Amino acid sequence: MFTLLGISSQALFGQLLIGLINGAFYAILSLGLALIFGLLNIINFTHGAQYMMGAFVAWLLLSYAGLGYWAALLIAPIVVGVTGIVVERLFLRRLYQLDHLYGLLLTFGLALILEGVFRQMFGVSGLPYQIPAELSDGYNLGFMFLPKYRAWIILISLVVCIATWLLIEKTKLGSYLRAATENPALVRAFGINVPLMITLTYGFGVALAAFAGVLAAPIYQVSPIMGSNLIIVVFAVVVIGGMGSILGSVVTGFALGLIEGLTKVFYPEASSTAIFIIMAIVLLIKPAGLFGRRA
Amino acid sequence: MAEAVLEVRDLHAFYGESHVLHGMNFSVPKGEVVTLLGRNGVGKTTTMRAIMGILGRCVGSIRHRGEELIGLASEKIARQGIAYCPEERGIFASLSVKENLLLPPVIRDGGLTLDEVYELFPILRERGASQGTKLSGGEQQMLAIARILRTGAHLLLLDEPTEGLAPVIIQQIGATIRRLRERGFTVLLVEQNFHFAATVADRHYVVEHGQVVDMIPNGEIAANEDKLKTYLGV
Repeated sequence: MFTLLGISSQALFGQLLIGLINGAFYAILSLGLALIFGLLNIINFTHGAQYMMGAFVAWLLLSYAGLGYWAALLIAPIVVGVTGIVVERLFLRRLYQLDHLYGLLLTFGLALILEGVFRQMFGVSGLPYQIPAELSDGYNLGFMFLPKYRAWIILISLVVCIATWLLIEKTKLGSYLRAATENPALVRAFGINVPLMITLTYGFGVALAAFAGVLAAPIYQVSPIMGSNLIIVVFAVVVIGGMGSILGSVVTGFALGLIEGLTKVFYPEASSTAIFIIMAIVLLIKPAGLFGRRA
Repeated sequence: MAEAVLEVRDLHAFYGESHVLHGMNFSVPKGEVVTLLGRNGVGKTTTMRAIMGILGRCVGSIRHRGEELIGLASEKIARQGIAYCPEERGIFASLSVKENLLLPPVIRDGGLTLDEVYELFPILRERGASQGTKLSGGEQQMLAIARILRTGAHLLLLDEPTEGLAPVIIQQIGATIRRLRERGFTVLLVEQNFHFAATVADRHYVVEHGQVVDMIPNGEIAANEDKLKTYLGV
């Protein structure tokens, strides 16, 4: 035990841990947004609602089908990913030729509708979801107590982010994706079915959001507004990292979670605005974002 | 004239409101190297893009081995064995040289192996790990040609492969095109430089204002040099 500037190590590491957890969610969500923006040129404002749907699918699976956390971690991303594919086929596909604003309006409207429907059906008070028994314990590290479930979130989100990054940077499929992000018409002219790739990419990005939603279900309450609380910060993360940059969104997600945590320790009044102040500074100095390529 | 691999009949094309091709007519016989010669802006590149299905609106007919291409999705056209090397080269900045080279999927047997490609363009082996757009202009052009040779496509569309390149590189590209012809590839080449075109091609279609206005077999190019100079404004 020690104290720093009058702050106990318990409080410091506790806040850093919360920061890392938030960072993990920022990273997974902004990764999905970056993937979608890169290939579809659509700013997916439905992302928060899709994260919320992931949590609700987990809750519904448990309540009505008796399927627990581990099954939900697999099933919810698939279910919500498929709804994403339907949305892409029915709506988004018609917008690629138009200005960004149309995609933004459509996905924003969709988010409002989804949140409204869930609010109507489940109320706003939030539903509890138990931490799985295997992860309900914790470790005493001496300087702080580390709940197993929190450690799991950090670990699995790192695995998911790194695996996605490897998929995009090191595989054949990833090279198709990067090429189609740059010049879809030419990639099609090489015989690659880019429209299908776009559909699947949207589905994958949405599935990532739902995966984060399942991860979040046991530590935040499952509530229709859980996504809209988070998504604004996630957009700030994407802007700071650089629109469309995969690595940028992951690194920035974790880093900003930590910075937010530190702000809570040393100057709590600024904790909810710190990220936006950073966003403003980054936009002034590097308008394309920290990891963004100049357009 | 051998059986035509590609038959373009009364092709009209539009960019939005503007009418760019006004009834193009030409055919590309199997195993030949055929050029579309003409000045800037007469519709040569537009014709290439129309064949590949990456143009907004086309009317008329483009037949490949008897099958109509207009209305087909671009990837379906490519899968028929047609490969495209665009004027701007289209090298991907986010891909390494090797990834660029391996990007177009192999659609059928009969393409060059990777070793044969490297034999034609040794520099691509040396620079494999570099970022695609870090290559020099000439090297990027070689990469753009090289990557469509592996796919098994038998009809190659090359849009101004010599533009802006040094004479020694132009010679190398010319030698490559002649070797491809020997291997049985059919090539449709867009050019402004008829001196270069004469060293590789079997026949030349002269394009003006979105129409083919003349066809000159390569053997008669010397006799028609004055006429060609007028067409091309050189």
